[in-house]
Amino acid sequence: MTPNTEESAIIRIFHVHKRFGKKNALTDITLDVEQNDLLLVSGPSGAGKSTLLKLLYLGEALTEGQILIDGMNLSRIAANRIPVVRRQFGIIFQDYKLIQTKTVYENIALVLEVKGEKTRFIQKKVSSVLRTVGMEERINSFPPSLSGGEQQRIAVARAVVGDPKIILADEPTGSLDSESASVIMDLLMGVHARGATVIIATHDKEIIRDTKGKVIYLKDGLMMEPPMIEPLIEKKKTITL
Amino acid sequence: MKTEWLIFFTKRAFQDMNSNRFLHIVTIITISLSILIVSAFGLFFTNINDIMVSWKKGVKIMAYLNKDVEKIQLPELKQKILSLYGVSAVRFIPKEDALEELKQQMKRQMALFENLKENPLPDVFEIQMIPSTQNWGKVEILAAQVEMFPQVAGVEYGQRWLGRVTGIFNLFKFAGTAMCLVFFMASVFIVANTIRLLFFSRREEFEIMRLVGATDGFIKAPFYIEGILQGILGGVTGILILFVIYVIITSNVDPGISSGFFVMRFLPISISMGIVCCSMFAGWLGCYLSLKQFLKY
Repeated sequence: MTPNTEESAIIRIFHVHKRFGKKNALTDITLDVEQNDLLLVSGPSGAGKSTLLKLLYLGEALTEGQILIDGMNLSRIAANRIPVVRRQFGIIFQDYKLIQTKTVYENIALVLEVKGEKTRFIQKKVSSVLRTVGMEERINSFPPSLSGGEQQRIAVARAVVGDPKIILADEPTGSLDSESASVIMDLLMGVHARGATVIIATHDKEIIRDTKGKVIYLKDGLMMEPPMIEPLIEKKKTITL
Repeated sequence: MKTEWLIFFTKRAFQDMNSNRFLHIVTIITISLSILIVSAFGLFFTNINDIMVSWKKGVKIMAYLNKDVEKIQLPELKQKILSLYGVSAVRFIPKEDALEELKQQMKRQMALFENLKENPLPDVFEIQMIPSTQNWGKVEILAAQVEMFPQVAGVEYGQRWLGRVTGIFNLFKFAGTAMCLVFFMASVFIVANTIRLLFFSRREEFEIMRLVGATDGFIKAPFYIEGILQGILGGVTGILILFVIYVIITSNVDPGISSGFFVMRFLPISISMGIVCCSMFAGWLGCYLSLKQFLKY
């Protein structure tokens, strides 16, 4: 993920700047993400982690620089092609972003419906991913009847149902207790193990410490060397003392 | 659009309509009331038009002759009138026959005729026009041509007032058309408002749909179907209500009133279909106006 010109990079970010008015949200970000990388975007709140992810899925337009996704230059994408780009991603949000008035099945099926898949295929595929995330019994439930952890599992299922090459997770465990967070991270690791490129934006030091992935650190929109994170055992000792 | 997509979006439109029943029912009722008023105008004008046509069919020009016209001149004059454009038949009514007819009509006022020393009525030519030429401009031209004959003292095309009535009728027709336009616009704005309300209430849902790769068309299509369905249902309901009112009125009206010169009828199927199509178009247009400002990337 260090700045280079590797041909195998699925995401290439060149000197990207993002400004909101006069505020620099991201400044001169350059990095490559290889196929099947697991990249952790760390940093404090307001560092620009979510903004970086938004630039990737075209939730925001970049101010300067270029981003290539699988060879496709996002700066040159016509507005009507944006949905096609987004279908290449599976996106997971801190607040789950599930449609509250639709069932678990309908929420997940939506990803395949927008692609024009056949109903039978959708039914099979949705059942399969729900089994993977251990939620097949809640197929007809509505999101408000689910716990936060369960809703995020549905969000993971929705993100992977279309077999995207890239999974973007923006603080996926930010609203969850440690047990649920662990389940979500296991699911994401499973997705990564099956070949997807996974980018996780998080400020959770435990996740950064426990996840065997590449880490970039953002602070005030600048990419810098990650600070040292003390080992878990040391932390436990500190707590005991 | 593929049939599968059409079925998919129609299903979604029905699901959405079902989950927002109250709002959709209120919209359909409001559209149907607009359509009821518009089609009531249509019904009124259709029947008034029939009355006017039946009246116009009865229009005749009466040419009153000078008293000094010799009987020997009559065949030549009749021939001259017959040769005029638009004349189908000419009948001579001698003044004696005219007086006799008048007496028959005014039997109760017979005393008026008792003191008559001479017949005050003139001889008359009753001129019948070819139906296809019966418009007011042509009637007036023909009347002026007949009046030019030196033997003719004056002309009367009995229902001269009908011209004025036609003028008033045309004015009403114009006003009616303007009102129909107003109600059309009202229907468009009602649908636009409903769609806007629905859109706002579901904007988070659409934001999520866009994040998972839904196109604008995917999001908008069910709304268009809903708008068109609202238009059709509102249109059909409005026409049906009018039909029920029509049946109630016609079954309570004395048939003697209308049987003389015209038969009251409901809107022809072509006009009814046209009104429903307009209503459907209003639904689509309302939806289009409402959605075109949303969903811009």
